[in-house]
Amino acid sequence: MELIAFYIFSVIVTVSAVAVIVARNPVHSVLWLILSFFTAAGMLVLIGAEFLAMLLVVVYVGAVAVLFLFVVMMLDVDFVELKQGSLKYWPFAVLVGIAFIAEITLAGLSREMGQNELFNPMPGAATNAEAIGAVLYTQYFLLFQLAGIILLIAMIGAIVLTLRYRPDIQRQDIAGQTARRRADATEAVSVEPNKGI
Amino acid sequence: MNVIQTLRGIFLTDFLSAFVLGIKEMFRRKATVNYPFEKNPISPRFRGEHALRRYPNGEERCIACKLCEAICPAQAITIEAEPREDGSRRTTRYDIDMVKCIYCGFCQEACPVDAIVEGPNFEFATETREELYYDKERLLSNGDRWERLIAKNLEQDAPYR
Amino acid sequence: MSGLIENNGLLLGWLLVIGQILLFTIVLLLSLAFLLLMDRKVWAGVMMRKGPNVVGPFGLFQSFADFGKFLLKEIIIPAGANKTVFLLAPILSLTLAFGAWAAIPVAPGWVVADLNVGILYLFAVSSLGVYGIIMGGWASNSKYPFLGSLRSAAQMVSYEVSIGLIIVTVILLAGSMNLSDIVNNQQGGFWTWHLFSFNHVLMFPIMVVMFVMFYISALAETNRPPFDLPEAESELVAGYQVEYSSTPYLLFMIGEYLNIVLMCAMMAILFLGGWHGPVALGSEFVGLFPAWIVNLGHLAWFMAKVVFIFFLFALTKAVVPRYRYDQLMRLGWKIFLPTALVCVVLVGGYVVYAGVQS
Repeated sequence: MELIAFYIFSVIVTVSAVAVIVARNPVHSVLWLILSFFTAAGMLVLIGAEFLAMLLVVVYVGAVAVLFLFVVMMLDVDFVELKQGSLKYWPFAVLVGIAFIAEITLAGLSREMGQNELFNPMPGAATNAEAIGAVLYTQYFLLFQLAGIILLIAMIGAIVLTLRYRPDIQRQDIAGQTARRRADATEAVSVEPNKGI
Repeated sequence: MNVIQTLRGIFLTDFLSAFVLGIKEMFRRKATVNYPFEKNPISPRFRGEHALRRYPNGEERCIACKLCEAICPAQAITIEAEPREDGSRRTTRYDIDMVKCIYCGFCQEACPVDAIVEGPNFEFATETREELYYDKERLLSNGDRWERLIAKNLEQDAPYR
Repeated sequence: MSGLIENNGLLLGWLLVIGQILLFTIVLLLSLAFLLLMDRKVWAGVMMRKGPNVVGPFGLFQSFADFGKFLLKEIIIPAGANKTVFLLAPILSLTLAFGAWAAIPVAPGWVVADLNVGILYLFAVSSLGVYGIIMGGWASNSKYPFLGSLRSAAQMVSYEVSIGLIIVTVILLAGSMNLSDIVNNQQGGFWTWHLFSFNHVLMFPIMVVMFVMFYISALAETNRPPFDLPEAESELVAGYQVEYSSTPYLLFMIGEYLNIVLMCAMMAILFLGGWHGPVALGSEFVGLFPAWIVNLGHLAWFMAKVVFIFFLFALTKAVVPRYRYDQLMRLGWKIFLPTALVCVVLVGGYVVYAGVQS
């Protein structure tokens, strides 16, 4: 049963990964990419790593790919023109491809495939969320914090690059606006005829 | 001032009072008119479906002066006319394209003999577009059907003209 | 579940699962029809209108009449549209909305899939809902749908962040990501519900803020008024739905309302104690009844809570004016995100130092 599901998933992942490259329309490419992300999450569930699977869906499918799609949809690039002359890079592409396949094959051959001890490092933990947490916050604590600090710096950098304060334009004072009550702004006056206020 | 406003924002007092007001409104008397079962009164000047009127002796009023055709801003009216055997000038064709018509009432204003009028009927929806191309026969039968109401409306409106 | 499968063989187990799913789907769709009517009735009531009242007694069958009307209309596909994606979008939207409901426990043990990472699953699937909207907006090949879908993409991604952090506070208090465990952590009366959490008195003000923020974020996440910018009818006609008609539109609408009710159910589970009543009845008393009657009672409590929150959703639609887009983004990123972050730290600190969990 699991084997059948695995083969179905792996076929979908492979086909959609190929379709990402082959698809003419860049938006279709991103949609295929999303399908392959999602199916990869399904394969993670198959080997019992449901926490990782959900994280993959939340982070990559739910946020990153949405932004991808966002950008690709907004871009008005003539992709046919972009592809002109891309053929002269094919030796490099083949080289990188061969290197990649060789690495994957080596990694696969160097250990027995299909054994799950890699995916179950802490048999004692009740759920794999606990297992990941226990490893992440002890053994890899320093790396984890470093990654966090890098992200923080990236965020601050993005804010610094885009933040500009111009004193010469009108700005909305939301707090001031919402603080206005009816009593502050209006007044009931009884006006006598022919006299005005 | 700002502290009070911040507290107001945090506790969402504006929204809560709006909720209370909304719930209160739910129990007030409804303003709905159950349309197909109840209807609002309409003004004597109401401009609804068109009708061609007749004189009390059964002779049609329209004399084919084509003023309505000329004034119609949507050019929805088509008239063809020739003298009848008895020598009087009558229309042989009087078509109104109700799809084009904008119900401005200019035809009624232009008519010297009160022949074309816009009646009080507004429920003439059809399933096909073709049914909305009214010909003379249809307009005259409208006139026959709504004559009493139309006459009453015209009479009520007469003092203001 | 798994025990049943072992005892009765694979085929019977499969049939059982399929039967469960069918039953759940049908009950869900039926209740959705009446919730839709309730939405319209509440909206009408606040405006001093009567709302739909012609089809059936008090208009109870209005939703079914609408359903028939949508099915019988003509499906129009715009000439420049990307046909596959155009038709895929509403199907995707509906499928994801239904898929998310699989993990919702409606009574003890009454759940299609009792996942260990249930709350993460819900979060993941509800974050995928944006794809239906983006694909629909892009494939329509039209300006308003495209603008609507761009708006909705940015909006949903923004509010997902604060929803995620709020969920983290609940997970910290409950000590589990399994929805049934989260609900059972709140048993014993309304004072142990996460909304009030009087058993951790220090957490009471924080959890109330979290609840209100989750409610507002849920409004934004499901594109409900006052955050219905993707379909703001006064500026974008109907946003991503402009080019849709007939059954595809119906699928979009059912998906949208399923997501709204899903958010109500999430709030009931995370903050309002799920299927537990406000006062715990003694086990001697509960023991008098067969298990399925007790479960029906639990189901009734769960549904009552969902309907109450849905009522609040409908009321909000009626009384609050639409936010401007920059106000929406300001609220999400500058107010909700920092507040939720601070609250996560506070709750985390409390959980560690008060020793809530073993």
